[in-house]
Amino acid sequence: MVVLVSFIQRELRLLARQKADWLNPLLFFVIVLSLFPLGVGPEANLLRIMAPGIVWIAALLSVLLAAERLFKDDYRNGVIEQLVAARQPLLSFVLAKLLTNWLSTGLPLVLLSPVVALLLNIETAGFVAMLLTLLLGTPLLSLLSVMGAALTVSADKGGILLALLILPLYIPLLIFASAAMEAAAMNMPYHGQLAIMLAMLLFAMALIPMAVISALKLNVS
Amino acid sequence: MVHILTQFPLLLRVTAFVLWRQYANMRPIFIIVDSQSVVITPQPFPVNPGQLILQGTALSCIRQDRVLFEQLNVSVQAGELVQIAGKNGAGKSSLLRILAGLAQPDDGQLGYQQHSLSDVAAEYAANLCYIGHQSGIHEQLTALENISFWRAASEVDQADDFALLAKLGLAGLEDIPCRMLSAGQQRRVSLARLWFTRRQLWILDEPFTALDKSAINMLQQHFVEHLQQGGAIVITTHQALSVSFPHQTTLELAYRW
Repeated sequence: MVVLVSFIQRELRLLARQKADWLNPLLFFVIVLSLFPLGVGPEANLLRIMAPGIVWIAALLSVLLAAERLFKDDYRNGVIEQLVAARQPLLSFVLAKLLTNWLSTGLPLVLLSPVVALLLNIETAGFVAMLLTLLLGTPLLSLLSVMGAALTVSADKGGILLALLILPLYIPLLIFASAAMEAAAMNMPYHGQLAIMLAMLLFAMALIPMAVISALKLNVS
Repeated sequence: MVHILTQFPLLLRVTAFVLWRQYANMRPIFIIVDSQSVVITPQPFPVNPGQLILQGTALSCIRQDRVLFEQLNVSVQAGELVQIAGKNGAGKSSLLRILAGLAQPDDGQLGYQQHSLSDVAAEYAANLCYIGHQSGIHEQLTALENISFWRAASEVDQADDFALLAKLGLAGLEDIPCRMLSAGQQRRVSLARLWFTRRQLWILDEPFTALDKSAINMLQQHFVEHLQQGGAIVITTHQALSVSFPHQTTLELAYRW
């Protein structure tokens, strides 16, 4: 536990020093969402219908943008190689990466959601649904993107490979999250979609740390 | 949708169980299953001198269709320093990575204290300090923060590292990001680990690179202390060692086509 806390401190320190790593994806999210009303025209009804899809596609792409550099520095410096040799601290390292990745890319999206609701003319019911889907969905996005980053860490230009690997895995989340928001906009219950999202999240939380560890081991050997 | 909802508590319970197993032990369940045959108890250090620690028999390594070495025997005993020499590209680093358990040999066996290395991998890793060709320090972090990271990773208690850094000739540079330091100073930060880890076997890839004469001497004095306590060291270097070690072996790797 002490190891985990100290690794999390290290990651937070690095985020504080390399602000571009998490500010760029966040700005990307805001820019996409503010350009959409200008592009399709400011018709309130149209925006409300399109809002779920827009929000979630922007969230997916911005998380993907943040993922690419996640392990790059530590790989280049030999930190990952030496942690793999030491074996024991690797799980703490991966958990710290996962947690700080969500804190720096997922949580800001949740916090930005009131602004998004204003931009896209989302009503209260839809807003609550968006908040809930973002709360459940962004940790899953982080988990999947960390896995992709770990798999492509030794590839020179891993960006497009990462997108090809991870985007298919995002699709179920995209479908259920936007379905939940559409249902909420029509005042229908959306507990089912939320339950499936929670199940996907729990499943990923249980298995992805191990997948990341294996991917890192594979990449240094 | 309703059908899935009724299944949900079961799914939740299964996932919670897996999560609990994983995080309660801070070790993935799959690894516990992997190494069930040998109970993992990190060896208390030091051990009796002369004891065989690491043994590689008939190792071979092939990189890009080129045989770097084959039928190579290596053994490391407590109190012994093994220097691996050879031309650039002879396979020194590849051999070290195989010995550190990072890569698999294309042929041959590795043994750690009379067990096959794959059976006791966790125990071996708990007794190993590997510093590779890259320094293992992050440029954006200061010397103190890098050392504190490696303290946590080697499960050593955090302590005041100012004295250690002063000893390494880095007094006054503790709070500067490591990218501002020279190559030799970065190497010193990286090697600071050797002063607080309590690992028996050190595997060091070119530890003297970029270090000045006094630092090389200090490091070699530290090697002697470690060997006297029953530790063992495997290093690659192109420089002749200036200190005479009580028990030193040189392994020459020939460059092969």
